[in-house]
Formats: sequence, C-alpha cells, structure tokens
Amino acid sequence: MITAVELGLLYALMALGVYLTFRILEFADLTVDGGFTTGAAVAGVSIVNGVDPLVASGAAFVAGLGAGTITGLLHTKANIDGLLAGILTQIALYSINLRIMGKPNISLLREDTLFSGLRASGHLGGSSYVGIGILSLVALAFLALIIWFLHTDLGLAMRATGDNSEMIRSFGVSTDAQKILGLALSNGLVALSGSLVAQYQGFADSTMGIGMIVAGLASVIIGQAIFGRLTVFRAAFAVVVGSVLYRVVIFLALKAGLNPNDTKIISAVLVVLALVLPQMGFFKRIPARFRPRNGAQTAATGGTVDDPVAPSESDAEPAAAPKEQ
Amino acid sequence: MLQLTGISKTFFPGTVNERRALVDIDLHLKERDFVTVIGSNGAGKSTLLNIVSGSIRADQGTVAIGGRDVTKLTDFQCASYIGRVFQNPSAGTAPHMTIKENLAVAQQRGRRRGLRLAVTKARREQFKQELATLEQGLENRLDDWVGLLSGGQRQSLSLLMATFTHPQILLLDEHTAALDPQRAALVTRLTAELVERHHLTTLMVTHNMEQALTMGNRLIMMHQGKIIMDVAGEEKAAMKVPDLLAAFENIRGAELSDRTLLA
Ligand SMILES: Nc1ncnc2c1ncn2[C@@H]1O[C@H](COP(=O)(O)OP(=O)(O)O)[C@@H](O)[C@H]1O
Ligand SMILES: [Mg+2]
Repeated sequence: MITAVELGLLYALMALGVYLTFRILEFADLTVDGGFTTGAAVAGVSIVNGVDPLVASGAAFVAGLGAGTITGLLHTKANIDGLLAGILTQIALYSINLRIMGKPNISLLREDTLFSGLRASGHLGGSSYVGIGILSLVALAFLALIIWFLHTDLGLAMRATGDNSEMIRSFGVSTDAQKILGLALSNGLVALSGSLVAQYQGFADSTMGIGMIVAGLASVIIGQAIFGRLTVFRAAFAVVVGSVLYRVVIFLALKAGLNPNDTKIISAVLVVLALVLPQMGFFKRIPARFRPRNGAQTAATGGTVDDPVAPSESDAEPAAAPKEQ
Repeated sequence: MLQLTGISKTFFPGTVNERRALVDIDLHLKERDFVTVIGSNGAGKSTLLNIVSGSIRADQGTVAIGGRDVTKLTDFQCASYIGRVFQNPSAGTAPHMTIKENLAVAQQRGRRRGLRLAVTKARREQFKQELATLEQGLENRLDDWVGLLSGGQRQSLSLLMATFTHPQILLLDEHTAALDPQRAALVTRLTAELVERHHLTTLMVTHNMEQALTMGNRLIMMHQGKIIMDVAGEEKAAMKVPDLLAAFENIRGAELSDRTLLA
C-alpha cells in the first residue's frame, strides 16, 4: 500500500502533464506513452554513465520538452490531427528510446539514484511514512508551480487558448505557440515522472510507458470527479490526489487476485466508468461542476461567419454554468 | 488611420461555388472616424472586417493601419492595433475564466506575456473602475466565471475588453444583433460612450438602419462586394431611414432591370 501511494505521488507529475494538455488545452496527447519512457531512458542511461541523478532527471525533463515540441509542431505547423500527431511521435519515440537505452532494459539497482539514500535507510516502500512525506512535498511543489504558472500572464493565455481560441487570438496571442508550449511543458513533466519512476523501481524498460496516457487520464478524471474542477487550484490538486487514488485502486485490485497483466483493462474500465456514469440520468442531479464538461459553450466561431445559433439572451437565466477548468 | 486600397476577395475561385465577396474596395478612415456599415446579407461586410483584422487574407489590395502596412499579418499579429467585438456574445470572452482574468488577458493586448502573476492588487482596482463604467454591477463580480454572465453582460464585457487598451481601430460586427432590444440599446449606448472616451477609430457593421444613422460621423452602404454609398457629416446627419430604404430599393430595382435586360 505504501508503495502504491509513493508511486502515485511520482506518477502525479505525469498526471499534471496530462492535465495541462487534456483539460487546459483540450488536447488528447498520445505522446505521453512514448515520452514517459524517454524520460526513464534518458535518466537511466545518464545515471549508468555516472551522471549526477539530479542532472539526469533534468535531462529527462528536457527530452520531454523536445518530444512535446515535436507533437506540437506536427499538429500546428504540419496541420496533422492532434490525436494522429501524438501517435506519430509516440511510435517514433519507441524506436528512439531503444536507441537511447541500447537494449530493452537498464538496471539501476546498483547505481546512485535520487532515491538510493532513502531506500538504503529503509524509508521507501517499507513500513515508514517518511518516503510518503518527502514525495508528497515533491508532488506539492510541482503542483504549486503549475498553479502559479496558470495564473501568470502566460498561463492565462494558455488557458484562454483552450477555452476560446478565437478570442485569445484577437488579443494578440499565437494559439499555435501556446499549444506547442503547453505540449512541451506537459511532456517535460511526463518524462520527468518517467525518470523518477525508473529511479524508484530500479530499472528503465522500453515498454514502461505503454498505457500511460490512460493512467494519466484516469488520474485526471477520477480525481476531478471526486474533488471537482471549479478552480485551477482545485482541479490541479484533484489530479495529484487522483493519481494516488488510481495507484491504490490498482494495488487493491491486484491484491484481490487480479493478474498484473489485467491492470490495463482495469485502467480502461475506470476511465470509461468515470466518463460515462456522470452522463446518466441519475447523476444529472449532481451539481454541474462534478459532471464532465458538456461542450458548455461553443464559443469560438464568432465573427468570421454569421452565427445562426447565437444564444438568445436573458438576464434571469445565465447562459450556462460552465464552472470547470 | 485605416487605409484599404484595391481590396478584392473571392471565395472558392474558379468553382461553381465561386463567391465574389469584395470587389476592388477603397476605403480610408481618418483618425477618430466612426463609420457605420450597412448592407444586405452577403454584401461582404463581415469579409471586409475580417480582412482588416487579418483573419482573412485579401486576394488583392493592401491594408495599412496608422501608416503601417499590415496586409500580410495574420489576426493575432494585427491584434495590437485592433479591438474586436463579434456578433456572438460567447465569442469575445473565455467562459471558464473569471471576469478579472478575462480583463487581464485583454490588458496584455499586443504585449509580451511573461511569468508575472496576471491579477495584481493594482490591476484589481483598475478593473473595478473600468467595470463600474458599464453600470451593471460587474465591478462586484470580479471573481465570477464569465460563463455565468448573461449575453448582454458578456457583450458589455467584450466591448470593454476590446476598447480599454486604446486600440488604433475598433471593429464591431453586428455586436448587438444577438441581444434583446433592451440589452441591445444598453450595449449601443456603451459603444458610443467607450468610443468617445477612448477616442477610437471605429468601423461598425449593423443591420439596424436607425443605429447606422444616429451613430458615428460617416455611413457606408455595401452591396455585392462594393461600397455603393458613402455619406458623412451633414449629409449623413440629414438622412432618415426612408432615404436608406429608398437607396436599397434603387439597387434592387437596378438589379431587376438588369435581369430583365439579360432575359
Ligand atoms: N469563410 C467563407 N467561405 C466561403 N464563402 C464566404 C466566407 N465568408 C463569406 N463568404 C461569402 O462571401 C460573401 C460575403 O459574406 P459576408 O462578408 O459574410 O457578408 P455580410 O457580412 O455582409 O452578410 C457571401 O456570399 C458569403 O457567402
Ligand atoms: Mg456579416
């Protein structure tokens, strides 16, 4: 159980990355599966070659920035559909990751990693809560960074890009640049998360990223289904908690006798449930913020063509109640 | 301030769907001109505004704003010179951001957006003052989501966001058309006030002839991609709605006789 919580906190960085693309930019980014492994591979190879583990983790982050940038360029400059752009980068990364590692698996068990000290003193994965405490601080630090970023001038431009791109362009922001930046940051976090998980578990593996996007989406959706996403603060916090919850659910499912190979279908079913349940009649009575965004307002088209379905207006009845991030 | 020279735009050229939206348009707005634009559906009014704003590239001709050639700039590159309000009240604001955040986005028009917190205490105060001029109590709702506002409130906010940073050109495309008459009147009044206060050079498309006559210092009428009437000053002031209707009838008559001639 403690291991599950610790892993959940490390995967939380990945989930925060998915939050940036999926919720802020409204972009389902499949780069994640490849980028997560890239982070693990870069950090793994660096550490094996004697690079300081902190520097190695930083290098993983930078590699992730690069991966996200490529997906962003494919999408915005080559006009490739977002899903396809992500898949293309993901597949390309699979080859690149094997090149980086030189073999399918790198062991870090005898290496100096960010966690070897904690591991040696028995504070990780065992019966001590010190590991959870320290990893919580790390996750909260990144959470705070994301929340702060999303309240800066730049962060507001990024949020507006996902919310109403026509509008933000009319205020001088290149939505292409915002998407590329968001994808880069997102995948930087994903790769950093991959590097930390590799160091935590003591190996990097060329397949460790498979299904990662679904795990990330599950964390975002489950966390926000429980805690809501009324504000950026709440929404991002929910993602971190969602990541821990997700790992705990998987842990319990395995404990209940499911085979480790079953975890992928558990993830898929969890995401489907979290997406479908709120649409059912019974749940409609739940306050709107707990429900998935129902395309609240398709704002974008505006002035380019006359809009035949411009909402009629009434003060008594607010246009909608879209209070989610 | 705004100089359009020889602007032409054809959609789907060379196909059965070919649409000549603008034909060799010349238009010059002096600083602080407030030009109202009327014309039948499909006359090319929106296309004209989209070309000024850089949302659409003209096939021919040039656009200059304040002496600067902006013909080849796209919409976000032109945005530092141009404030815009669209017809759809949802189009000009971000619904999942608060009023203060929307205003902060607008305040950085054309400026670099860096890693400074967007809503500072000083800005809050400034936003409150700006919102108070709308006289809708929005100054007390800085932290509310814009998606919760009514269409009229959103359109008023859009108008404020488009104007309070003093853009060189203000473009309004039937921005009161989606509102009920009462709200439309309010937004119309706010438009006149804001244009006056910020000394804006304005191009306003409207379907309301009364509005086209009472507002601004110059009126143009468009038809089939051409400017077929351009009146200003006293000549405009002396005009009444029936005069405009008569002008419309005239064109339609001409069209009919054209067709009979061809037949
Ligand atoms: N994006 C577009 N694609 C194709 N045709 C367009 C587009 N925008 C406008 N048009 C056509 O150009 C002509 C002028 O349209 P528009 O400028 O919207 O007229 P108005 O705003 O005066 O009603 C119309 O025939 C219209 O069908
Ligand atoms: Mg129009």
